[in-house]
Amino acid sequence: MPEAPRSGQPAPKGPNWEQADWTPPEEEKLIQQELSNLKAAVSAPTTTLKMMKECMVRLIYCEMLGYDASFGYIHAIKLAQQGNLLEKRVGYLAVSLFLHESHELLLLLVNTVVKDLQSTNLVEVCMALTIVSQIFPQEMIPAVLPLIEDKLQHSKEIIRRKAVLALYKFHLIAPNQVQHIHIKFQKALCDRDVGVMAASLHIYHRMIKENSSGYKDLTGSFVTILKQVVGGKLPVDFNYHSVPAPWLQIQLLRILRLLGKDDQRTSELMYDVLDESLRRAELNHNVTYAILFECVHTVYSVYPKSELLEKAAKCIGKFVLSPKINLKYLGLKALTYVIQQDPTLALQHQMTIIECLDHPDPIIKRETLELLYRITNAQNITVIVQKMLEYLHQSKEEYIIVNLVGKIAELAEKYPFVLVLNTVDTYAPDNAWFIQTMNAVFSVGGDVMNPDIPNNFLRLLAEGFDDETEDQQLRLYAVQSYLTLLDVENVFYPQRFLQVMSWVLGEYSYLLDKETPGEVITKLYKLLMNDSISSETKAWLIAAVTKLTPQAHSSNIVERLIQEFTVSLDTCLRQHAFELKHLHENAELMKSLLPVNKSCEDMVVDASLSFLDSHVAEELSQGAAPYKPHHQRQEEKLSQEKVLNFEPYGLSFSSSGFTGRQSPAGISLGSDISGNSAEIGLKETSSLKLEGIQKLWGKEGYLPKKESKTGDETEAPPVSQESIIENVDPTISKKDPSQVLAQSKEEKEKQLLASSLFVGLGSESTVNLLGKADTISHKFRRKSKVKEAISGEKTNAHNMTRSSFSSPTNVTYEEDYYLDNLRDRRDKELEKFALSAELLGSESLAEPPLVEKLSECRRPAPSLFADDMEVFHPPRSTSASLAGESSLASLLEETTEHMHSDLTEVCNTETMSLSSYKIWKDDCLLMVWLVSNKSGSELEGVNLEIAPAENFKITEQPGCCLPIIEAENTKNFQYSVQMEKPFTEGNLSGFINYQMMNTHAVQLEFSVNLSLLDFIRPLKISTEDFGKLWLSFANDVKQNVKMSESQAALPSALKTLQQKLRLHVVDIIGSEGLLACQLLPSIPCLLHFRVHGDVLALWFRSSCSTLPDYLLYQCQKVMEGS
Amino acid sequence: WPAEMIQAILVFNNHGKPRLVRFYQRFPEEIQQQIVRETFHLVLKRDDNICNFLEGGSLIGGADYKLIYRHYATLYFVFCVDSSESELGILDLIQVFVETLDKCFENVCELDLIFHMDKVHYILQEVVMGGMVLETNMNEIVAQIEAQNRLEKSEGGLSAAPARAVSAVKNMNLPEIPRNINIGDLNIKVPNLSQFV
Repeated sequence: MPEAPRSGQPAPKGPNWEQADWTPPEEEKLIQQELSNLKAAVSAPTTTLKMMKECMVRLIYCEMLGYDASFGYIHAIKLAQQGNLLEKRVGYLAVSLFLHESHELLLLLVNTVVKDLQSTNLVEVCMALTIVSQIFPQEMIPAVLPLIEDKLQHSKEIIRRKAVLALYKFHLIAPNQVQHIHIKFQKALCDRDVGVMAASLHIYHRMIKENSSGYKDLTGSFVTILKQVVGGKLPVDFNYHSVPAPWLQIQLLRILRLLGKDDQRTSELMYDVLDESLRRAELNHNVTYAILFECVHTVYSVYPKSELLEKAAKCIGKFVLSPKINLKYLGLKALTYVIQQDPTLALQHQMTIIECLDHPDPIIKRETLELLYRITNAQNITVIVQKMLEYLHQSKEEYIIVNLVGKIAELAEKYPFVLVLNTVDTYAPDNAWFIQTMNAVFSVGGDVMNPDIPNNFLRLLAEGFDDETEDQQLRLYAVQSYLTLLDVENVFYPQRFLQVMSWVLGEYSYLLDKETPGEVITKLYKLLMNDSISSETKAWLIAAVTKLTPQAHSSNIVERLIQEFTVSLDTCLRQHAFELKHLHENAELMKSLLPVNKSCEDMVVDASLSFLDSHVAEELSQGAAPYKPHHQRQEEKLSQEKVLNFEPYGLSFSSSGFTGRQSPAGISLGSDISGNSAEIGLKETSSLKLEGIQKLWGKEGYLPKKESKTGDETEAPPVSQESIIENVDPTISKKDPSQVLAQSKEEKEKQLLASSLFVGLGSESTVNLLGKADTISHKFRRKSKVKEAISGEKTNAHNMTRSSFSSPTNVTYEEDYYLDNLRDRRDKELEKFALSAELLGSESLAEPPLVEKLSECRRPAPSLFADDMEVFHPPRSTSASLAGESSLASLLEETTEHMHSDLTEVCNTETMSLSSYKIWKDDCLLMVWLVSNKSGSELEGVNLEIAPAENFKITEQPGCCLPIIEAENTKNFQYSVQMEKPFTEGNLSGFINYQMMNTHAVQLEFSVNLSLLDFIRPLKISTEDFGKLWLSFANDVKQNVKMSESQAALPSALKTLQQKLRLHVVDIIGSEGLLACQLLPSIPCLLHFRVHGDVLALWFRSSCSTLPDYLLYQCQKVMEGS
Repeated sequence: WPAEMIQAILVFNNHGKPRLVRFYQRFPEEIQQQIVRETFHLVLKRDDNICNFLEGGSLIGGADYKLIYRHYATLYFVFCVDSSESELGILDLIQVFVETLDKCFENVCELDLIFHMDKVHYILQEVVMGGMVLETNMNEIVAQIEAQNRLEKSEGGLSAAPARAVSAVKNMNLPEIPRNINIGDLNIKVPNLSQFV
């Protein structure tokens, strides 16, 4: 190939650009020379704009080569401001290449752009529109917006088209500012010029992607446009290689894809045109394949129609079988999209897929692996993972490694006891596979992989599967394989891998027969002495040594280690070493603290730190400041930072700011549940998790082990080998006879690979792509000790509920009886029982959908609590809604399963009334606005819009598109509201406009208040989960609240909290209660409370700092107020 | 959702020298240079008979982006797009762009891109504006460019000198972009443009 000239400068007058063989240093010298010339030229007063234009082009060139030309930026702006048409054009170009949206110099250009937008010269307007859509400062959009809007009516198509795209750009960077012109986009869609229409599709594609339900009514229009394009109704001008407007077709097909997804009615509208598209795409040109691909994708994305699917599947075949590599790639991509709907397609193309696995093009390989990843099942897993690992070892790009490692780990964890095809063609469970696969993951994925991967692996290993002996073998194998790995000299493993090893060795070395714990310690010690190991990993290693020390006989090495690390410069390591030292001195204590194989036992922690009570009291009496939780300290710090303190520093405890709050140690809530707390959760050390170390000492002294719960588990009967193989067989024998003929050896290998890859995918065998219900997977289902036990308890409770609620009179009697009991506190068992019965009763009232899903037995006599529950009353119709009662009734029918507020009128006129109410749905707040027409004639053009609000995400719900309301009728508009960040009070405002016959339009504004409480939902969790969550939350707030007379008993207090604040009652223990709620979408908040006479001690914890404070305030309100 | 846009359009020669660089997404200056280099190395590694799509380099966003490229004689044309874009559609868009260049420069070659880089940008602006496809109809693009050229001529022979220089070089020994472009297995004929002139 002849050497292409690499010119150093664009200048025609440049000295010797004809020299073809410049070396880079010379080039650099030349460019630098040129730059300094240019620098002098641009700042010289004698330089005319015409020369400046020339300079600018050269600067662009230098900048493109990577040299700094920033001295010319300001001159580019000047050129755009002052130049004539041609100079201005260069100026604008330079600006758009040099600067970025938030560059400060860009502000200097705004005026020029405004001026040019108003120019009568088309070229100037075009230039201004171009620069606006390339880079424009977001905050200056209002300055040009009206001008660009005007351009939508411009007589020239090119101007209209560019204006549409500029507005689209605004929609991307500042959607709020262009919301009012959506109607104009519709006009652009109907523009007589095809180019303008095509430009508007960019906007629609985007908006439909954001909210497809809002644009369903346009489906017909898009279908019509596509029909015309496909049918060749456009001018021949738009043909590209005799295909009518291919890019337009592609865009329309993508829009239809979004509209028809999961929507049968909309999909039906497009079946015809999709069919025609598939039919017409016969021409053998690249671009027809582009259309075909989009069309197939759309057919598979919209509501399925078998006839179309068949045709589309054939088309996929055309791609996959094409000799052209680009098309083959797209074929694989299409298969990946559709494989979950139609796994047989993978079978059809299995040979092609096998070929692609060994394709020299890495992107083809990646796509093939992606495809295989989606068809993994228990039978083909080993082969697929093998292929993925092969690819992984060749990859260098970090993002590819992270992605692949994640997928392999996910698959391996899904099928830990996979059946591996062994030499005699039978399947046998092999626990080595899981460990080996994970070893590969850890050594390649190393420190770039997602940290969840090692954590999950350890959890899986520790919790085990259903079969205890299998589990032990798996662990033993892990230990052995790690020891072997550590024996290899001069190999460096990633830190994360070493951490995993040290944890496993620490926990499970006791399973070894040959090596003694002492030997393992020796190996760990060797690692500890290695300088290349991070101190985080060293902490893991010391933890492992600590666990092994009680099992070891001799302790020379341990002592050496203690000596070495008690003087370490790393404080963390020193701390661990000292811990080890002290434990080492008391062998008995150490053995009981570090028992063997107990990593999954629950830890019992004295959360209230009650053993410190006397110390705290002493300190307080000596004038120490009471403890303040972290968030409170920060708040105070923030508020103090704003003002200078001119006062002399006083004693710290006299400072204001925490009235009524007490230190956690102030009141000791030492029950066994509330006792689980802080210590671990508060300071989550990322460095060391000594999960295996059981805490056996609480404030009452030695805490006996909990009884193992494994006894009451029901184990699924293991599936016999034969049945698994039977399941496998059909697909293996399903080979096409023609393929079997005349096979070369290589082909046979491929066939073999194919049969192992596509096993279990045939229609006869159970098709399960994600392997969730594989024939064998249930055997290895994870244990769910806790939940089963709890559900057992619950059914008990239900039965009792039913029996105790058999007749209303009976119930009242019993309730009274139990309440008496409660005050006496004599019969704790009965009391607890009565309470839970009552709560279950009211709970099932508050959560009807649950009741329906469960069985009838949970439905108690509803009259019992009806009086207390004004929240659940259907909204009483106000005068305005009389007309709308029928539709309201039907709406309520749909929504009765959720709680809702009363109907309130938000604004009205003589002819129309607008009222709203809130439905507290499980996953969002649904705002319903009812527009009722009070007049005798039709309301037209009724449109309700909600302004976007800062803290909310508002989505319009479908079903309200008709803009006409007949006389005396009601329509509703529904919006679902999600909170984006916590706040306490917010406002939702909007406007409604409508038109009466023959009068002008009316617009009314309204607003509705929303509070945080609207987004609080019960959080249904078990007591154990409560305990775990409680430990993990850092924000806590405590306060004592005095209850009003009527509330002064546990049950009524609970009821109030449950109903008014929508808290879920998790458990009741004696006079204490556990409640949980969540702030949508998923910020949990927990409440522990205790009754002392008429005082309620509340203790909130949450992951969010605002939530406890807010809920405390609300609790106070309801407890004191009512 | 990320905007479905063209992130960048890069043209460089067989040695990795940039000939046209246009980013539609903001990257710092140094990163832009690195992206050009990274992209060059990614593309250079590929034979001519493997496919024209590949995943974006890690600088530009990895698997979320796709590089779609064509190799013409001495030049690589690379479009970096969102991974949900239609690959084949973009591939033909590159073809449209190159054909338009060919039409406007009459047998376009690498030197045209060097000496008329402003004009190349203007042509590109008519095809892709702010990362969005503005026009795919070649005749329409050429018409817009011709309208602008008329403007230039009226300003009076400004670019006369460079044009002479270019034709002088062209007559020497420079490889032109071939009429018949063979990329991978796609065999696309560029119409012989002389018949239109």
